Amino acid sequence: MIRVELVKLFRRPRTWISLVLTCALPFIVAIFITITHLAPPPGQGSAFLSAVLQDGELYPAAALALVLPVFLPVAVAVVAGDSIAGEAAGGTLRYLLVRPVGRTRLLVAKLIAVTAYVLSVVLAVTFTAYATGVFLLGPSRAAAVGQAPGGTGGLPGGGPGIAGQAPTAGQAAGGAVTSLSGAPLSLLQLTERIGGAIAFITVSMLGVAAIALFLSTITDSALGSALGALAALVASEILVALNAATVVQPYLPTRYWLAWIDFFRQPVFWRDIQRGFGIQAVYVVVFLAAAWANFSTKDITR
Amino acid sequence: MTGAGESGAGVIRTRALTKRYGSVTAVRSVDLEVRAGDRYGLLGPNGSGKTTLVRMLLGLVYATSGEIEVLGRRMPRHAREVLPQVGALIEEPAAYPHLSGRTNLALLDAAGPGGLSARRTRKRRVDEALEQVGLGGVGRRPVKAYSLGMRQRLGLAGALIRRPKLLVLDEPGNGLDPHGIRDLRELLIGLNEAGVTVFLSSHLMAEVEQLCTRVGVLDAGRLVLQDDLAALRAPTGRVMVDTPDADRAVALLDGQVERRDGDQLLVRPVVGDGAAGDAAGLNARLVEAGLRVSAIGPHQRTLEEIVLSVTGTGSDHVGESS
Repeated sequence: MIRVELVKLFRRPRTWISLVLTCALPFIVAIFITITHLAPPPGQGSAFLSAVLQDGELYPAAALALVLPVFLPVAVAVVAGDSIAGEAAGGTLRYLLVRPVGRTRLLVAKLIAVTAYVLSVVLAVTFTAYATGVFLLGPSRAAAVGQAPGGTGGLPGGGPGIAGQAPTAGQAAGGAVTSLSGAPLSLLQLTERIGGAIAFITVSMLGVAAIALFLSTITDSALGSALGALAALVASEILVALNAATVVQPYLPTRYWLAWIDFFRQPVFWRDIQRGFGIQAVYVVVFLAAAWANFSTKDITR
Repeated sequence: MTGAGESGAGVIRTRALTKRYGSVTAVRSVDLEVRAGDRYGLLGPNGSGKTTLVRMLLGLVYATSGEIEVLGRRMPRHAREVLPQVGALIEEPAAYPHLSGRTNLALLDAAGPGGLSARRTRKRRVDEALEQVGLGGVGRRPVKAYSLGMRQRLGLAGALIRRPKLLVLDEPGNGLDPHGIRDLRELLIGLNEAGVTVFLSSHLMAEVEQLCTRVGVLDAGRLVLQDDLAALRAPTGRVMVDTPDADRAVALLDGQVERRDGDQLLVRPVVGDGAAGDAAGLNARLVEAGLRVSAIGPHQRTLEEIVLSVTGTGSDHVGESS
């Protein structure tokens, strides 16, 4: 069944189109930076972008930071939201179930397919960005990760945050980047840290996928469940940026989304990374349980 | 018959099966009985609960109360053992439109239990199923390029791919042209003769009349009739007479004509009176009297008449609603 789901996923044109588009954005950004040599000043724009002119090998991290806020969640929500609702709307769900495929088994297979999709997108972005970085921006010159151009020292308090996540990155950035700026990372270390970042981002996206999958068992509209999941993320982003909502912030799904940046500090700043893994695990478990409870008792009338 | 179970060869059996959606009762206290080797036709207007009943048999919809047994095992509890032996077509066929019919069948075949072990025989069974439904030459075209009738045939191929003991087909004639309907009928009769029990639902009485050996009639969620077609259609003891001299015939058969419809008379012949009470005797009598007879024979009710006589007039309103 898992193999069947993977075949269905990867024989679908949409899968490849979204993959290519997600990889294309960092590529386009890299072209502009190469031509103009105008990286955003430190502390502004997307994370790591200010550093990539010095160090092309760091471009995978910059690319992940570029696609994380919008591209990745949209792609994941669409694929996960489609998983059950799309089959229901197309009528194929009932034929799978009378084949018979157990409902729990189907849900698990869908989850694994979505995970495979998330991993492929993240890995594809990483590898294309590495190639782009090395060939377009050139390999490491300063060999100092996070070194700000012009030797102005560490990133100021604003940090490499994107609007909405500024608190996450900001807090940590203020203290950590300075020490990081002087410490060179070997290629092995860089690889390890990118691996950690990939794992973290994948788990974060699984949180999104779990929400979309749950909604997908409720409605027969693939679009509805994808948009529902995105609406939840937007709401979370708004609350994360809202000082008045400090009480709930540690429990919001997007609160620690950018914590993977901490993998690139020397030493790795673990606190937010651990919290991020924890909160995403809770979201995944809760929403998958809800999806299972709903789907396994549901009358299939489509 | 093939492993239909020890208990009286019941292939499908329900007891007091009921399904309520909120305040609406879609199926109420149905005792369905389909025996091994039957070609069972479930009739009823749209909205009478046929689809809900079929979906309950297959474990897609959960019953509110009552029991279901398919191939001798309780459903939906034993779905994993029962359903691999059942081929199903539920309302419209469905397939992944960007994949070919062949790929769709292969994926469906791989999805169920034993999907891995069935791999060796898969290509052969896919070819065979496509051949059976007349899609053998369809090749690698994606399903989105298929006509409605081709999709219906593909759906049927999907139902056949695991060589089921029982076929459950919901409105299998939908979207088929007259050729397709005839092909379908021949296919189902052939499979039935090879030992497959066929259970189908339809609102087309002519289709069921030509195909089925046993019928059930659902009306507003109730099973109002269930019997062998031969028993239902047994001669009524009346004789149908078609004569251009209808007026004279009515005068001659004074009091024996039950109904007149143009040149057609429905006659209940009186035994004795110098003639036997059958078509041949009546014919002799009419001809002796110098009347021309264009057609004569024992009267049988059509399935339509039977169904209309047991379904309430109210069901028509439901029937036209879709």
